[in-house]
Amino acid sequence: MKLELSKVVQGCRLGVLIGIGKTGQHSLELPGCLLYTRCATVPHLTQDTLHTLTYLPAGAQVALDGLAEHHEVLEEFKEGVRKFAGLHDTALFCSLHDPATNCPTGHVTNKTVSVWGSGGRIEMTAARFIAMQAVIQPDCYQSMADGETWQTNTSRKRVHKAVNRTLAHLDECLTLHHKTPQLKHTEVFGVVEGGDILEERVRSARETAKRPVAGFVLDGFQSAAMEQELRGQLITAVTAELPVEKPRMLQGVGRPDEVIACVEAGVDLFEGFFPFQVTERGCALCFDYNVTPDPEAAALSPPTVLELNGERPAVEDPKQNDVGNTGTMTQFEINLKDIRYREDFRPLVEGCGCYCCKNHHRAYVHHLLVTSELLAGVLLMLHNTAHYLGFFRALREAISHERLQDFKTTVTKVDFGGRKQLH
Amino acid sequence: GLSLGKKGAVLRDPRDSECPVSKARACVLKLPHGAVNTPVFMPVGTQGTLKGVTVAQLEELGCQICLGNTYHLGMRPGPELIEKANGLHGFMNWKRNLLTDSGGFQMVSLVELSEVTEEGVMFRSPYDGREILLTPEQSIAIQNSLGSDIIMQLDDVVSSTVTGPRVEEAMRRSIRWLDRCAAANKNPHRQNLFAIIQGGLNAELRKACLDEMTKRDVPGFAIGGLSGGEEKDDFWKMVTLSTDHLPRGKPRYLMGVGYAVDLVVCVALGCDMFDCVFPTRTARFGSALVPWGSLQLKQKQYAKDFQPIDPECQCATCKRHSRAYLHALFKSDTAAMHHITVHNICYQLTLMRSVRDSIIEQRFPEFVRSFMKRMFPSSEQYPSWAEDALASVNITLD
Repeated sequence: MKLELSKVVQGCRLGVLIGIGKTGQHSLELPGCLLYTRCATVPHLTQDTLHTLTYLPAGAQVALDGLAEHHEVLEEFKEGVRKFAGLHDTALFCSLHDPATNCPTGHVTNKTVSVWGSGGRIEMTAARFIAMQAVIQPDCYQSMADGETWQTNTSRKRVHKAVNRTLAHLDECLTLHHKTPQLKHTEVFGVVEGGDILEERVRSARETAKRPVAGFVLDGFQSAAMEQELRGQLITAVTAELPVEKPRMLQGVGRPDEVIACVEAGVDLFEGFFPFQVTERGCALCFDYNVTPDPEAAALSPPTVLELNGERPAVEDPKQNDVGNTGTMTQFEINLKDIRYREDFRPLVEGCGCYCCKNHHRAYVHHLLVTSELLAGVLLMLHNTAHYLGFFRALREAISHERLQDFKTTVTKVDFGGRKQLH
Repeated sequence: GLSLGKKGAVLRDPRDSECPVSKARACVLKLPHGAVNTPVFMPVGTQGTLKGVTVAQLEELGCQICLGNTYHLGMRPGPELIEKANGLHGFMNWKRNLLTDSGGFQMVSLVELSEVTEEGVMFRSPYDGREILLTPEQSIAIQNSLGSDIIMQLDDVVSSTVTGPRVEEAMRRSIRWLDRCAAANKNPHRQNLFAIIQGGLNAELRKACLDEMTKRDVPGFAIGGLSGGEEKDDFWKMVTLSTDHLPRGKPRYLMGVGYAVDLVVCVALGCDMFDCVFPTRTARFGSALVPWGSLQLKQKQYAKDFQPIDPECQCATCKRHSRAYLHALFKSDTAAMHHITVHNICYQLTLMRSVRDSIIEQRFPEFVRSFMKRMFPSSEQYPSWAEDALASVNITLD
């Protein structure tokens, strides 16, 4: 795995992560996001519906939360989770936790961490953790880590312990990793902890950087856990300690405005769970990310002021998938359950090329949501994924063409003083 | 397409065939949204969607006609909205054929039954508690708005387990309602109104209904009032009685039948079209249909079974996924249901295609024999009603 940086603009790194995978066949454009999966399936989507999407990222994410309970099966299967799932040829990154699920805390010990499957809690030592990776056979995984520092009022002592534990886990994982033949072509990312304490963050970053890892995961910065301003400051401090030539992945952040801010702070890679959360609350991403001189020529129609102001917060309906936390609605989406869409025969987003927008209109998706039909999830997942991936493509282009201020203004509707004026 | 007044819309195409041994037929229905090969199984897309399967997937599976439900769609989103969306075809973006039922069955089975009168069926809306009267005219008006290619008359539905004078009353009323439906149909040339033969399990009543309804010049006939919990021995006799007295040149639609054995037997008895929620409903519970029965994929025995559901099946699910993976996925994501739904639809459509091919190639009886052999571990386990029914049309199972 090698990071080829082509440009750095206002802190934002533009590049490609190449040589991923057994034969080095995969490459990921950065900044980018991983395709979010549950048990190696993109939620709601079969392979043929998934492949109606044109620009799929070359990397997908699985989590031990979803896979740990299938250890025995994977062991017998022998050929890794990608093949087990019939997933297309994509680079696979394995994280500890599912970013869209809230896991109970308080089960971390000096020697173990816990993940949560459908049958309950599964505890692992470093040995079991590595054994799991050996049967999953990802192209890259994050080392075992103690990330439970995001609750409010976590003591300094606890944060300090988390950093120490995580480093100890990393060392043990690396040792075991190199003794495991199935992981010969697999890379390890070290995990930077430190809660909201600057000194601990810097310490964690420096120490982790000393280890022979292929990249870094920044943990404990989850959207729910921290305000963006503090997050930005801490990430900036962290990335300053990390080698330039290795990728930095941020966990638990997916909102477009937060993504941009974190890219400015030096992050390369994100988890792609945000479209899923939007889907689960029956919403569709519709924010404009097109930076053109003439807004009229823009392919995408931004939500009207009426839509932005009049929307109610997300309905807290239990959905098919137990997500635990779909979060509240953001300014980047429309709530298709709202009665105003009942007779709206426009596509979700004008000009969007996804299967949903090419074939269906808002009124139909509204009907599917009101009648609790399964197809709603399928169509929304397709659209939201397409829109989100489009956002990342546009972000890369904006960095490349040095139009970052205009891009930020367009996406966030806050004037960042670029060429483009907000009306 | 089939249109009112066109006598004998089937068995006129050079591709149409009849089985010389049994009463089975293979035909081509020419409908406004394309040809439909029979015998045909029609998947049920109740609320304008087939449960997590996209219209693209449905097309890919070779589905030529599917069902929408007048009662549900009439409630939500309502006929006016659907009309604005260019009918149900436009609303759900399905380019092939649609059949809608009248709403009568749901009103009886789903909701608190208030009253059936000569005027129509009065029932209480589950959404706002209002009393709603569904008349034959209104049912047809809704179906006209939906724009489906085949529409069903509103019939007075009684359960097949009901006996006594109510059965005859319902049968006679259904005839009168058929005439009212025919008069109310605004689009006879592109929306084909089918009559529904009633009469319960009473041969005389059924025959009387057949005599009357076949006097009307409708494009097709449904056999109704069956598949509702009656004994299979009574069921098949009413089916075969009905097909004996239905015109050869018009399609016969047996409502609510979808189990594989029932389909094959009823094809032998002369039925052309079938619908049932079973294959798509059972998929969501993890039940995958196969030529030798079904696999309950949520069961532990499949956790390490790395074969596909059916190694011979050509559907997207079987080409890519194993039983073990589907078993695991059921714990995580709805996509597991969609995979099985796709498979089950493929199973049903493939079965019908095989039946059709065997009729055209004049080897239907052999097909039935090998089908039964595959489905049941031994001939002792052949359901006796199926043996009797097949024997009645000269197909013996060894």
